[in-house]
Amino acid sequence: MMAEKLTMGKALNIGLRRSLERDPKVIIMGEDVGKLGGVFRITDGLQKDFGDDRVIDTPLAESGIIGTAIGLAIRGYRPVCEIQFDGFVYPAYDQIVSQVAKMHYRSQGKVRVPMVIRIPFGGGIGAVEHHSESPEAYFAHTAGLKVVSCSSPEDAFFMIQQSIESDDPIVFLEPKRRYWEKGEVDLDLDLSAAHPLHASRTVRAGSDVTVLAYGPMVRTALDAAAAAEEDGRSLEVIDLRTLSPLDLASAYESVRRTGRCVVVHEAPSNIGLGAELAARITEECFYSLESPVLRVTGFDTPYPAARVEEEFLPDLDRVLDAVDRSFGW
Amino acid sequence: MAKGGSPPDGELVQLLTPEGERIESVTGSDGTVYRVDFTDEEYRGLYRDLVIVRKLDAEATALQRQGELGIWASLLGQEAAQVGSGRALKPQDMAFPTYREHGVLYCRGIDPIMPLGLFRGVDQGGWDPNEFKFNMYTIVIGAQTLHATGYAMGVTMDGKTGTDDGEAVIAYFGDGATSQGDVNEAFIWAGVFNAPLVFFCQNNQYAISEPLERQTRIPLYRRAAGFGFPGIRVDGNDVLASYAVTQAALDHARLGQGPTMIEAYTYRMGAHTTSDDPTRYRIASEVEAWQAKDPILRVRAFLEKQQIADAAFFAEVDEQAKREAVHLRERVLAMPDPEPVTIFDHVYPHGSPLVDEERERFTRYQASFEGSAH
Ligand SMILES: Cc1ncc(C[n+]2csc(CCOP(=O)(O)OP(=O)(O)O)c2C)c(N)n1
Repeated sequence: MMAEKLTMGKALNIGLRRSLERDPKVIIMGEDVGKLGGVFRITDGLQKDFGDDRVIDTPLAESGIIGTAIGLAIRGYRPVCEIQFDGFVYPAYDQIVSQVAKMHYRSQGKVRVPMVIRIPFGGGIGAVEHHSESPEAYFAHTAGLKVVSCSSPEDAFFMIQQSIESDDPIVFLEPKRRYWEKGEVDLDLDLSAAHPLHASRTVRAGSDVTVLAYGPMVRTALDAAAAAEEDGRSLEVIDLRTLSPLDLASAYESVRRTGRCVVVHEAPSNIGLGAELAARITEECFYSLESPVLRVTGFDTPYPAARVEEEFLPDLDRVLDAVDRSFGW
Repeated sequence: MAKGGSPPDGELVQLLTPEGERIESVTGSDGTVYRVDFTDEEYRGLYRDLVIVRKLDAEATALQRQGELGIWASLLGQEAAQVGSGRALKPQDMAFPTYREHGVLYCRGIDPIMPLGLFRGVDQGGWDPNEFKFNMYTIVIGAQTLHATGYAMGVTMDGKTGTDDGEAVIAYFGDGATSQGDVNEAFIWAGVFNAPLVFFCQNNQYAISEPLERQTRIPLYRRAAGFGFPGIRVDGNDVLASYAVTQAALDHARLGQGPTMIEAYTYRMGAHTTSDDPTRYRIASEVEAWQAKDPILRVRAFLEKQQIADAAFFAEVDEQAKREAVHLRERVLAMPDPEPVTIFDHVYPHGSPLVDEERERFTRYQASFEGSAH
């Protein structure tokens, strides 16, 4: 076993490299992905090694990036599109929800668009507006798209390759504030042996409260669980990983044991993923619940100026506060 | 002073050479004559603007390096395009900027500290767009060109065109932005509705790392023809030509003759923003070649040659620029973080039960830490 300590950014970079090596139909396209290696350097060095017809600097036009990727996919390629920041995906929104998502359905299965749309998402890096948003609900609400989010370097490494191999169009959400965090990655493990793409994962076992999180909030949930332990409370943390389709089997099992559930995400709460999770868990686990499913989320405001983003983003204290409230019922 | 002439297709309208030689006038291919008629005082004023704008920009870059700003988008090298076009605006004209128009902002009379709040992360730009006729900065590339077009359509609907003191609108954007759907839709709308609008493209040769060739195969100003209005390319490092060309296009618009696209041919001397690393995609000799076309040095050479300004004047301008930079720095350092509860302000003009409830809960939650070490 060749486990290495890598940052999530580097793990994604190696994952993309493996995919480019494995399949000559894989191409990477986006703004600044070539010489610069992307604004987060996730595609660093790839153009140098694979050429500029496989790692393509596109014109500055998101609708163009996604729209032409659709054509390339129809033609047999497997485009991996990089959207520079979450807030810049909207010019491509129509192409994603009206075209990418519906090609397979409306062609009665005859047309496939096996493409990946990589979006660095979420806040916590002190950026200006439009650089810290969490648009997952917009995409998860659209049938035909699959939406996933990695939370650790190891998952990032495997999930990006699995997404590229998948025949489904996948919105791949990368928690940008975790790009620089390190973790063990088993570079030798065969892709087919890796944790399945569309399956959640219990990342910490516990018995008192189930905490559901994904992407950037998994780290936060784990930190909260460590802090809660000192107070004698045992939190079970589940990384959802797949937001559409949701995989809630382990969440149901967990909540039936713990009787309590807290959902954490950065996106605003209103009509968000947390609402969906709370509803499903309530339906499935009603008789096991000791208290309502609680949500810890961003507020229903636009993402605020950087100097107050720490107040906007769920942190360890807010998760613990929800855990307390859960016990107050 | 050199004689006037008309630029061959693809060449720049220029009224002041990099050596500081004046060209009296230039006639465009459609017969428009570009010239300026400034007093000595006005020439000196333009020089002062250029120097101050550059100095404030340098100060902001330094503040970012010291961790006082999250990021800064420097205008270094683009001062002439911005001051030239900015000074050509009349008080009633409306401007729609991107995020790099600090020079135009300065010409609109806005306190130069304003954009620093945005880049420091304490607000999202603090000026009143209605008061200064300078809209908010726009980070999503190209979006503002449609807003400018709609605003200009409104000017026509209000009957505010057709006279010398009519209103005109200007939209700023970069070379990269010309690839966006929004910008192309703005061109279509503006053309079809004959909007009193000037599209002012600062072609600084790069969109972050991507050179111009990644956005277009033809000179950008020629795009306009395909949308049915005139396009003109100006030396964006020449403040006089930038002024003259913008003024002519604004007058054309305010008289009800429709849009113009100006391509100000210039160069971004520094990094795209303070987060960028241009050594990955740009060679030093290219930067050096553009240094020789510096927009400030040529005005200075002209002022000296014409004996419009003396050493005392230049020293005094430098002194003023330095003073303003120090003042800016002091005020940035004193810029407080916003009160956290302001997150909930201004989401809706008349509030919202959901946001009000969240504000209340947040306030209670904050209060629960009172007295603790949090
Ligand atoms: C819709 C959108 N996509 C991507 C970005 C990220 N981005 C910020 S600036 C920039 C380059 C802009 O180049 P250009 O329009 O030439 O203007 P310049 O900054 O060079 O003045 C990019 C790609 C963005 N802000 N908005």
